[in-house]
Amino acid sequence: MKKKSIITLCFVVLIALVLNVVAFYGLNIAGIKYGGMFNTDANVFGGIKKGIDLAGGSVLTFQANTANPSDEDMATVETIFQTRLNAAGYTEARISKGEGGKITVEIPEVTDTDEAKNLLGSVAKLTFTDADGNVVLEGSDIKDADYQYGQVNSASASEPYVSVQFNADAKQKFADATAAAASAGDGKNYISIMLDDQIVSSPRVSEKIDSDSCIISGSFTVESAKMLANQIKSGQLPFELTVISTQTVGAELGDKALDNSILAAAIGILLVMLFMIIMYRIPGLIADISLLIYVGLIGLAMGLFRINLSLPGIAGIVLSIGMAVDADCIIFERVKEEMRAGKTIKASVDAGFNKAFSAILDANVTTIISCVVLYISGIGTVIGFATTLGIGVILSMFTAIVITKFLLKQLVGIGIKNRSLFCSQKKAVEGGAN
Amino acid sequence: MNRFAITKNRWKFVLLPAVIIVLGIVMYLVHGGFNFDVEFMGGSRLQVQLPDGTDKAEVEKYLSDTLGVNVTVQSGEAANTVVIKTPPIEGELDVVEKGDEATVQSPVFSALKDKYSLEDSALIDNTTASASFGVEVQRKALLYTLLAILCILIYIAIRFEWRSAIMAVIALAINVLVMLGVYSITNISLNTTFIAAMLTVVGYSINNTIVIFDRIRENMKGRKKTESVSDLTDRSVWETMGRTINSTITTLITIVLIYILGVSTIKNFALPLIVGIIIGAYTSIFIASSFWAAWREADMQAKAEAAQSRKNSKKK
Repeated sequence: MKKKSIITLCFVVLIALVLNVVAFYGLNIAGIKYGGMFNTDANVFGGIKKGIDLAGGSVLTFQANTANPSDEDMATVETIFQTRLNAAGYTEARISKGEGGKITVEIPEVTDTDEAKNLLGSVAKLTFTDADGNVVLEGSDIKDADYQYGQVNSASASEPYVSVQFNADAKQKFADATAAAASAGDGKNYISIMLDDQIVSSPRVSEKIDSDSCIISGSFTVESAKMLANQIKSGQLPFELTVISTQTVGAELGDKALDNSILAAAIGILLVMLFMIIMYRIPGLIADISLLIYVGLIGLAMGLFRINLSLPGIAGIVLSIGMAVDADCIIFERVKEEMRAGKTIKASVDAGFNKAFSAILDANVTTIISCVVLYISGIGTVIGFATTLGIGVILSMFTAIVITKFLLKQLVGIGIKNRSLFCSQKKAVEGGAN
Repeated sequence: MNRFAITKNRWKFVLLPAVIIVLGIVMYLVHGGFNFDVEFMGGSRLQVQLPDGTDKAEVEKYLSDTLGVNVTVQSGEAANTVVIKTPPIEGELDVVEKGDEATVQSPVFSALKDKYSLEDSALIDNTTASASFGVEVQRKALLYTLLAILCILIYIAIRFEWRSAIMAVIALAINVLVMLGVYSITNISLNTTFIAAMLTVVGYSINNTIVIFDRIRENMKGRKKTESVSDLTDRSVWETMGRTINSTITTLITIVLIYILGVSTIKNFALPLIVGIIIGAYTSIFIASSFWAAWREADMQAKAEAAQSRKNSKKK
């Protein structure tokens, strides 16, 4: 029993250390590659996405100049933005839609918001060209484009496709162009749909199409068909957009903020660990192992889920480290009380956990409630904080209730007889007098 | 049992938060309101690196004259950096129209660039918001703080009893007022991180109250007739005191470190949080449960008297 408990304890400490190494430095064994929390290599999986305040860059919020824009129109705007940002090489840019026709764009590294405004605000150039690059139709010729799902012809199975409607005078142009393309022979019998001079799709043309609409089919998924329909519509922004807020952070400031925050977290963890050992002795050491596992888990969670980490988000993590040992404090104080009442160490540990559980649950649930409310508030800077604090609180409940309990049981298994290692004898006498 | 009787002295403990709140109100009047940042009021805030030996007052006058608005310039974090704040400037946030290809520059930075021949990299950060955007953030902040408090109130009412819920929320209200007082006294600017700080305190400071209420709930189950509710409450508060203090200290360790090491935006977030966590522990220990006990006792006494008078009237 005693030997087994010691081995288990050592094993858990080893796991805690490995967990932290993997969480922060990554892993590369047996073909499994993980980049760690601060991974910046795009070819390796994992790593946080740095918020604008850490990476430097711009944040722009646009407001649609129309009452109640439809979800569809907002999706169109999002696609237009995405296409243009990708085309301009800003593949790390993030776009998020807010309520009431707001759309926020975060572009790392770009610190010139005017450039970004021009990039996003200008109208995309949509063209249909033949194989030789001659423009056959322009954006103004397109009336509408829709994603649809069904049979393209009576013989085929149902599939996603895009239906494009032309304006009246474009019908003839399209008929001529398709006739020319169909007869152009192999390798040239297609029409390309270009957005900002980038080919979006090059459907093959097998016959002259004399109709005010056409269908683009092929190996589309629902997503890619929707995307193409939106991109075709991109020629027309559905409404005017107003910039309602911009934020720019220089890269240097971001770097400094990240370094300082990591330092604060590291010192904070060490001080909290020291405090727990001083206050709770051997159980304090157990709490420290739990805390180490907690830190590893939260680092892993941030990196694996590729959380968008901003400065308030870091504050949330650092705060959660302090709060993580709260549950341990509740449990150990309870165990101390039980011991003062004269129970054996084993009975005290069991009773301590059982009695502490309701307090831990209720206290954490209220924090989680605030996190959820913060998260749904939709206020950009606040969401990052709510996400990390929320994840932290849930993980810390797990480490306190499951891991601390497991480790304390091993400690009981070792059979430490010296009660002063669990709580100070002097206090125990005082307590006993009560 | 020679511990300090908290319940008996409960009114004395209201004094400290009351003083801070009153001081906050006085300073609110002195400062003429809160120091709302651009996220709330609209306008621009820029941090710019200027050449050596540039006079702040001169920059302020130059910008105010050039832009025709009241510009304030304060020292930034690093040497030769300044933080410039302006109210909303027309045309600053342009309407991006279909086919509009006009280039628009941040008027503040353009003006500085011309005068001091700065590079683009001299702009360290820049936040611009329209006035309507700010109003919406303000409205949201208030709405979501109240929503969070309401949700917590309902949860406590379910898990404990309605008196506990009301006392916990009153304690919360005191915490929030004290924090607002701190914002007013120190004149720290209120921005969106203010909402995060506020809601953290709403969620976290109530932890202590709940742990104490949890102990009272447990002790009430095995209450002996000889022990009054006030005594039981005092006992519960003292039994949980070690935990309340220790976990407040561990949380403070980390948040104080953020304050010491963090950049200015984070400092402005950490300071009210430090105050909020301390005052949260204070109200939990000295106010929430003691007033709950007094209330509960008064209710029990009223009930007993009512029962007594019913008995008496039956006898007659």
